[in-house]
Amino acid sequence: MDIVEELLKGNRLALSKAITAIENEYDEATEIMTKLYPHTGNAYVLGITGPPGAGKSTLTDKIAKEYRSQGKTVGIIAVDPTSPFTGGAILGDRIRMNSLTMDEGVFIRSMGTRGSLGGLSHKTADAVKAMDAFGKDVIIVETVGVGQSEVDIVKAADTTMVVLIPGMGDDIQAIKAGILEIGDLFTINKSDLPGADKLVREINMMLDLDSFMTDWRPPIQKVVANQGEGISELVGSVQTHRDYITEKGILDQRRTKRAKDEMLDILNSNLSRYIKSRIVDTGRLDSYVEQFQQHRADPYTVVGDIMSEMLR
Amino acid sequence: MDKKVRVLVAKPGLDGHDRGAKVVARALRDAGFEVVYTGLRQTPEQIAEAALQEDVNVVAMSILSGAHPHLFPKVVNLVREKGMKDVLIIGGGVIPEGDIPALKEAGVAEVFTPGTPTSDVVEFIKANVKA
Repeated sequence: MDIVEELLKGNRLALSKAITAIENEYDEATEIMTKLYPHTGNAYVLGITGPPGAGKSTLTDKIAKEYRSQGKTVGIIAVDPTSPFTGGAILGDRIRMNSLTMDEGVFIRSMGTRGSLGGLSHKTADAVKAMDAFGKDVIIVETVGVGQSEVDIVKAADTTMVVLIPGMGDDIQAIKAGILEIGDLFTINKSDLPGADKLVREINMMLDLDSFMTDWRPPIQKVVANQGEGISELVGSVQTHRDYITEKGILDQRRTKRAKDEMLDILNSNLSRYIKSRIVDTGRLDSYVEQFQQHRADPYTVVGDIMSEMLR
Repeated sequence: MDKKVRVLVAKPGLDGHDRGAKVVARALRDAGFEVVYTGLRQTPEQIAEAALQEDVNVVAMSILSGAHPHLFPKVVNLVREKGMKDVLIIGGGVIPEGDIPALKEAGVAEVFTPGTPTSDVVEFIKANVKA
């Protein structure tokens, strides 16, 4: 099967195989990405992040259904944590999305973080591109349950939604740095629980103090995802944000920044693979380390020498 | 290159008992596999489609309702129809010994009955998966 050709024709198995090649860094992955790249840039990417148990998967399910009712096709990438000890993972986000499985306009892929610490996997952005080239109108990227500092989603998404639930801490939590700085939209899920209004006030106070506030003040919306309450309004806000950033040129800025980061990432990983293959795999590293231990050489000089040797 | 074995753990049919599926899922996680768990009450069509979207190497079904003679072969057929010829399909649960030959005939590679150590499942997958 020619994966790229079939993918572009709408073959779902080809899309699936492409994502596997990307994730596992098969040799053909670079060629696949090269051929898919001209077909990307059409999908809108919505990032959904928040702490574990906030209801991100359930929200993703409902938001996807709302887009489907508007006639849009949807790709979903749901990331769950990989064990740092065994490399294994339980990818359980689909449990909340079972009713989407038989909808041919939706494609869901679960990914393990595989050592990445920013709330996504290293390969999420490329998987997004594969779904984009496949022709999905909207791609929802659901991060792992995050704590405070996993903010990679802003690099991957056009609009970032931060999902919070009542009862997780006082207003000091709301002025800390990290995920609360990245929300274009704040969604208070499980807002039928006590404390929802207090949380709205706290987020509002945090936003009042924001030194970098533009004329986009992130809306704070209360929903009850498992009852479907507030979902169409939420999707409306995503559209409003999209219109805003498109009109102001912010979307272009974000995508330019993303293209830069991406280029540097690829360069970085190729360079380090190249250098590693010459230093680690040839045993040179071990001989250097031996010299360091006897203080006959130092790593700063050696790295300098290697750089000038290899990057001439 | 990082080839990782991906396993779909699925509960076909209507019984609501997923303790076994969860125990197996956890054991497979600890063996270093990526386990996609889809929850209770899946139709064969849902299982096959999830297997396609997730590009799994293994589909592991758990059933306690007695509907395995119907549901297991149906999943095998649907998975193969979708073009996934190499996916290893296994099953487990309360399954009478007498039913096992027919299930294997239908394309279920192995059937694990109550009392099987989870390590047997892990070893079987390692020995037979095409990844």
